[in-house]
Amino acid sequence: MTVIVWIVEGTWPACVDAARTHTAADADIVLLHVTGHEVPGAAHGAYAGLLGRARPDRDPGTAVERLAAASAEQLLAGAAERLGRPCTRQERSGRVEREVVTAAQGADLLILARDGDRTHLGPRSLGPASRFIVDHASCPVLLVWPETAPSMAPHPPHHR
Amino acid sequence: MIRPWGWPEAIVAVPAAGVVIATGAISLDHAAAEAARLGPVIGFLAAVLVLAQLCDDEGLFHACGAWMARRAAGRPRRLLVLVFVTASLITAVLSLDATVVLLTPVVFATAARLGARAKPHVYACIHLSNTASLLLPVSNLTNLLVFAASGLTFTRFAALMALPWLVAIGAEYVVIRRFFAIDLDAGAEAPPTDEPRELPLFALLTVAGTLAGFVLTSVVGINPAWAAAAGAAVLAARALAQRRTTPTAIVRAAALPFCAFVLALGIVVRAVVDNGLADALGHVIPAGTELPALLAIAGLAAVLANLINNLPAVLVLLPLTAPTGPGAVLAVLLGVNIGPNLTYAGSLATLLWRRIVRGHDTDVELGEFTRLGLFAVPAALLLSVVALWVSLQAIGG
Repeated sequence: MTVIVWIVEGTWPACVDAARTHTAADADIVLLHVTGHEVPGAAHGAYAGLLGRARPDRDPGTAVERLAAASAEQLLAGAAERLGRPCTRQERSGRVEREVVTAAQGADLLILARDGDRTHLGPRSLGPASRFIVDHASCPVLLVWPETAPSMAPHPPHHR
Repeated sequence: MIRPWGWPEAIVAVPAAGVVIATGAISLDHAAAEAARLGPVIGFLAAVLVLAQLCDDEGLFHACGAWMARRAAGRPRRLLVLVFVTASLITAVLSLDATVVLLTPVVFATAARLGARAKPHVYACIHLSNTASLLLPVSNLTNLLVFAASGLTFTRFAALMALPWLVAIGAEYVVIRRFFAIDLDAGAEAPPTDEPRELPLFALLTVAGTLAGFVLTSVVGINPAWAAAAGAAVLAARALAQRRTTPTAIVRAAALPFCAFVLALGIVVRAVVDNGLADALGHVIPAGTELPALLAIAGLAAVLANLINNLPAVLVLLPLTAPTGPGAVLAVLLGVNIGPNLTYAGSLATLLWRRIVRGHDTDVELGEFTRLGLFAVPAALLLSVVALWVSLQAIGG
């Protein structure tokens, strides 16, 4: 059984915990992190906007790329440590939602966390990337709360 | 094969200026007048660039990151407020270049260290490098050009722009907080690290002294560029005495090819304005400093900045609006400073130039950044023009 655990800043510990509780001890667990191009891209763009002052060796986009690579490595190391089981770390870069869908092809389970406001249930809990992944993943998806879910209201709230 | 990577834009602009002078498209008198007008402005900018670089060498930006990480206490929304405060002040005092080049990586590193999603904070930093550059003449090269043409004193410029500056930052804050609500709600998971507090006292005192110098030079009627030069000289002397920098590094920080570029660009733009553009645009630019006129001027400036970059845009619009008075040129400034947030790289011209010169930009995803700009730019521009109109009514142009 291959289980892909999507590691995202802010919500990943819940996914790692879910992988430990909901999968067999001999499952192949892949910790997946995707670095998007937008953030360094925006820094490259801002630097290019300084018309005439943009020497390549001072490009903040390049600095951000380097920092992002280091941060991704650290994040995956932290996730592997929390998991405490043998696992594979996978780092990809590109359009985050597409990379996750591609990586999940042929897997038996994809684990990801809900985004958004944690103080109440609903109405919408998925950011654009997570929404795309849930819509397009070709394998079963386990969606978990980043922390303990708030207690259910007596009647489900009728937002909007 | 010619490999033009990293060529300064001056390599194109300087020969172009030579051509317009040689062909008589601009008279030698006008070219000389343009050079005399731009010279002090460029000197001012060079001093601020050196000041910012030396502040970085003193550890000021690293200390900002440590301070933001400590005060954010693992809460992304709090970090966003701190990024707004830091980026707004750094941009206003040490110019947008300092925010883009020196602060952006620090903001990313701070968000990463907290385990927060970095995008809202980095995008905020980049937007503020433009939007928060309205306050002081030193905050942006466009401001220096407008400042030189407006006849305002340093303090009067700051007094008129204070309210538009605050309003534009407020608009950005509301838009970015809502736009990235999901990422900000995601929290931050990294355990707090106990780092020693840093206080680069010498750099902070020098920057405070430079600000006081701006006010003082403005009161006694000398060019505030001298205050910036003095601040840079103090930090440079200390860094050189402690052997932490070299004269070469300081000269590099002054970005001399860039100074040549601005001078050449000014001459080329002057030639184009003299040869018909003034007449063509003269009909489009509304006269007067009533609110609808200010809105139209700022809107036109924003559109032009997005087409040809804000530096040429301000060079084109200044001679056409300066006769109307400070209100009109400050409206131009709102347009050219806030407008660039709409287009990746600030303008279509820059985007094309990047494509031609570097050729590897094809995979940049423009969607989200542009969508954020579509919300933030009209809101910040509209509200800050209203704020400028209020300031003009209250303080007087």
